[in-house]
Amino acid sequence: MEAQGTSKIRSWIKLGLQRTLPQIIAILLAFVAGAAVLLATGHSPIDAYGEMLRGAFGDMFGIGQTFTQATPIIFTALAFLFASKCGLFNIGAEGQLIVGAFAAALVGISFSGLPALVHIPIALLAGALAGGLWGLIPAILKTKLGAHEVITTMMLSYVATYLTSYMVNYPFKAPGWVAQTVPIAISAQLPRILEPTQVSASIFLAVALAGLTHYALQRTTFGYEVRATGLNLTAAENAGIDVKREMILALGISGAVAGLGGAGEVLGVHRRFIDGFSPGYGWDGLAVALVGGLHPVGVLLAAVLFGALRSGGMTMTRVTGVPLDIVIILQALVVLFVTAPMLIRYLLRRGGHKD
Amino acid sequence: MATPIVFASLGGIYSERVGIINVGLEGMMLTGAFSGVAITFLAGDPWLGVLAAILAGGLLGLLHALLTVKLIGNQIVSGTGINILALGFTAYMSQILWGSRGASETVTGLKAVTVPLLQNVPVIGEIIGTHTPLVYLMLIIMVLCHIALFKTPLGLRIRAVGENPAASDTAGINVFRIKYLCVMISGMLAGLGGAFLSLGHLNLFAWGMTGGRGFIALAAMIFGKWMPFGAFGASLLFGFADALQMRLQALGLLPPQIILTIPYIVTIAVLAGVVGRASPPSDYKPYSKD
Amino acid sequence: MSTAIQMKGITKTFPGVLANDKIDFVVEKGEVHGLLGENGAGKTVLMSILYGLFQPDDGEIYVNGKEVSMDSPATAIRLGIGMVHQRFMLVPSLTVAENVILGREPVKDKVLLDMDKALKDVEASCERYNLAADLKAPIYALPVGIQQRVEILKALYRGADILVLDEPTSVLTPQEVTELFRAIRALKEQGKTVIFISHKLREVLSICDRITVLKKGKVVGTVRVEDTNLGELAKMMVGREVVYRFDKRPMNGREVVLKVESLKALDDRGLPALKGIDFEVHASEILGVAGVEGNGQTELVETLTGLRKTTEGRILLNNVEITAASPEERIRLGISHIPEDRYKRGLISDFSVKENLILGSHNKPPFAKKRVRLDFGQISRYARKLIDEFSIRTRSEDTPVRHLSGGTQQRVVLARELSREPKLVIASQPTRGLDVGATEFVRSKIVEMRDHGCAVLLISADLDEIWALSDKIAVIYEGKIVAIRDPQNTNEEELGLLMAGGKDG
Repeated sequence: MEAQGTSKIRSWIKLGLQRTLPQIIAILLAFVAGAAVLLATGHSPIDAYGEMLRGAFGDMFGIGQTFTQATPIIFTALAFLFASKCGLFNIGAEGQLIVGAFAAALVGISFSGLPALVHIPIALLAGALAGGLWGLIPAILKTKLGAHEVITTMMLSYVATYLTSYMVNYPFKAPGWVAQTVPIAISAQLPRILEPTQVSASIFLAVALAGLTHYALQRTTFGYEVRATGLNLTAAENAGIDVKREMILALGISGAVAGLGGAGEVLGVHRRFIDGFSPGYGWDGLAVALVGGLHPVGVLLAAVLFGALRSGGMTMTRVTGVPLDIVIILQALVVLFVTAPMLIRYLLRRGGHKD
Repeated sequence: MATPIVFASLGGIYSERVGIINVGLEGMMLTGAFSGVAITFLAGDPWLGVLAAILAGGLLGLLHALLTVKLIGNQIVSGTGINILALGFTAYMSQILWGSRGASETVTGLKAVTVPLLQNVPVIGEIIGTHTPLVYLMLIIMVLCHIALFKTPLGLRIRAVGENPAASDTAGINVFRIKYLCVMISGMLAGLGGAFLSLGHLNLFAWGMTGGRGFIALAAMIFGKWMPFGAFGASLLFGFADALQMRLQALGLLPPQIILTIPYIVTIAVLAGVVGRASPPSDYKPYSKD
Repeated sequence: MSTAIQMKGITKTFPGVLANDKIDFVVEKGEVHGLLGENGAGKTVLMSILYGLFQPDDGEIYVNGKEVSMDSPATAIRLGIGMVHQRFMLVPSLTVAENVILGREPVKDKVLLDMDKALKDVEASCERYNLAADLKAPIYALPVGIQQRVEILKALYRGADILVLDEPTSVLTPQEVTELFRAIRALKEQGKTVIFISHKLREVLSICDRITVLKKGKVVGTVRVEDTNLGELAKMMVGREVVYRFDKRPMNGREVVLKVESLKALDDRGLPALKGIDFEVHASEILGVAGVEGNGQTELVETLTGLRKTTEGRILLNNVEITAASPEERIRLGISHIPEDRYKRGLISDFSVKENLILGSHNKPPFAKKRVRLDFGQISRYARKLIDEFSIRTRSEDTPVRHLSGGTQQRVVLARELSREPKLVIASQPTRGLDVGATEFVRSKIVEMRDHGCAVLLISADLDEIWALSDKIAVIYEGKIVAIRDPQNTNEEELGLLMAGGKDG
């Protein structure tokens, strides 16, 4: 009936607002603080933000850029999200992304004459495996030796950066000045879906992965076990769950997802591995995961926001001369503002129950 | 070499002893490095720069404390946020001040100081006789840290607060004040470490110049079992790896990138080999008065 | 004799509970005054008000004849009141001396800690009040009895003249209780006043001069020890004849379900916790394990549930060796576990009721199709059935378990563990922290399982519970089963002696 229908919609909206309000407030606060920084250094926030908006959504190219920048961030955010559901902090998504990208590039340049239907999946698989390996190492170090994954994932990230940099400056270097590989075979290229922008089919993969993540976590026994381990390790153990196995799988999958993101970048956007191609997608992923409330849908929305920040930022810098790093500052502010409200809400919930 | 790491890991100790993980050491260090150079650039005196570095680090420490103690935010997220903020902010301000986010102009650094007596001691004299004053400062501070933590009432309270905040509360200790204090100290020390990196050595600021040292400091802290002297020893180890890396680069034996990975791999190895035996001084659970 | 403490008309309400109802309480100087009552009678609340932890809704407090406003523990300490809580407030890695002086450290040279003076002062207290302790030992290495002394020393160091001891004997062996009483007498001799909170009739009678009995938040009466006796006190405390026995049908199930042979295991610190455990539990039998906490009970449960490796010995379930089996396998083979800390081990607080109800069986049909996909239809149906059967008070099966009361949460645990139709139920402190109604429910369910053929291993620090429910009683002491008795052929004294390590016979 009419009344029931609208009241159901209303309660949905209320629920939606309840769950996203802290994040929205955090984002607004971040922009306000960012405006303060801009003013203090002699720039106009209105101009800066205006140009950002225009750059991100003003024309087809801008929108394309926004989504192009958002895509790898979705991967790294999902990576962080998945690990965190198991109680683990994977802050090495950047490194996992990079090794995944390199592995995919390797497959891309090493074979020719393969049908695209074969070449692309193998390349993607290589990316996932490489990223997965980069996630497995800290996982094993943690479960077998107790090494804290925050430091190990971070360290491996640096190792990844330097290792691939070496690869692409020496053994796999293409002729010329730039530290990059030769282009990948045409058969390995992910098609562009929005000419003339750089948006590639990788974005479909990203969205699909978000859906898969949600399904896996909420509707499978594996997801159940992962969440149980993340929420209460002792109780999960008591219930017969092999928590070490869960943690290894979680970090491994987390790395694999980030690796896939890197593969997507190489196959879809750059079509080769370029040293330093990632302007910090790993860090963006972390912020996006948090801003997205650690929920796949939130991640998608937040990723678009951050993608907009990046693509709009480039326009902003070009037009107003404001240093691009204001974008990083904004992201950091969002993370910091999100930390607090998330826990205020948590506190409110806890306060409702007294044992 | 090891000095910045020593400062940062001492900072880490104070924070962790009170029950707050401080992964933001990296960011505090970076901000310290930047502030040191920036103020020296503007004011002309490197010691003012050092002071600025300490203040900047302390400010970030205060932020971390606010987020984690008062607002009971997630400590790792807060620390990571601070790191990102530092990265962005220092790059941004670099642009504004010097028009380039890569490297700043050089500034007058802290001049090396020769301690007359030490220099004449054979063999060791050469190694420790001449250094930037910050190195000597580091040694002094390290000893002070140890004394403060183990031989003063404040140190006793700090250790108590980290391990059992409820007990400390009933004993009449202001748990929150001590947590705030320690996290700020940790920021200040990290900032000081950053200052050494920029002012005591290269005399300029380069984007992201801390290069993960803040995290290595955390590893040093764990390896040193949360004791000042232990952290010092561990930092020396890592500093050695760092120096080794620079030396090898100069010698051109291996490609630079491979060499650059050495300190990080050493850190991972250390963590893998050690952590099983070490247990942190607190359980990091946020404390709230019920 | 003058009055040390007078509390007049104290009233305190918490949401839904009238904890203290116009209580008048007087303690004379230099006496040992017992505050007696059941769990939940209001004793701790009253003393917390005295110590400044809570503010009363109504009433006045007089210390040494002067009215005071007890706004915080700091005030109470200043007025000479010291409290030794049930849960110790000590820092494990610091030494005895360091813990005693914490917050009031002696200083030399304006900055440094004067440990020499500290040691001297604390040593003096130890001697005066008969409270010997190794001042340089870290707390974690000391037995509970000594830890309690440290708490008392702490209070004395701050100049307490009035000491409030909250259920001090609940964690002590009978030997340690004797030593504590000796210390209390020494305190009394030195002119201190002691308030002794307890629910143990015998102890209160043996150490106190006067006793005030509380029941359901009200004062029932104050008597002098020489004017009363056990039976009278019991009646005052409970108001009815205390029924200690559960009506159990005599069962004769005789197959051995659980057999434990020479079981040895280490604790978290690598020291031996189990030193050779032997026992059997038959079908339709409740074996109660009595013992003071810390004698290996936790480690025993962990080895039985598969969370701790054994170093020697065997565990057999229905003649199948399971010594090395994983927790998952043991659940599959029919072992259910009601953990002693439901919040930490038994439930995932952010999960809903229905998600908690399938914990442990979540990857088996009918809840999981092909072991991968969760079938929420089935899960919800199962959840609703259990909510009904076990009278779980919740708004829906989707409510997060966090929002439920303690008793209701325990019902969820019970529902999950007992509905699996287990062969063996291991119940660890199953009624801890529960009110009377919930306690009755849990106990009746345990007996129900037993009647239906289940073997039950009951581990409880509550001797009354062991008495009430067990078909056989085993006593655990320092990692070994020192005796197995038929409840009909033994009594509290003998059990108490065995629990403290006294020899058989």
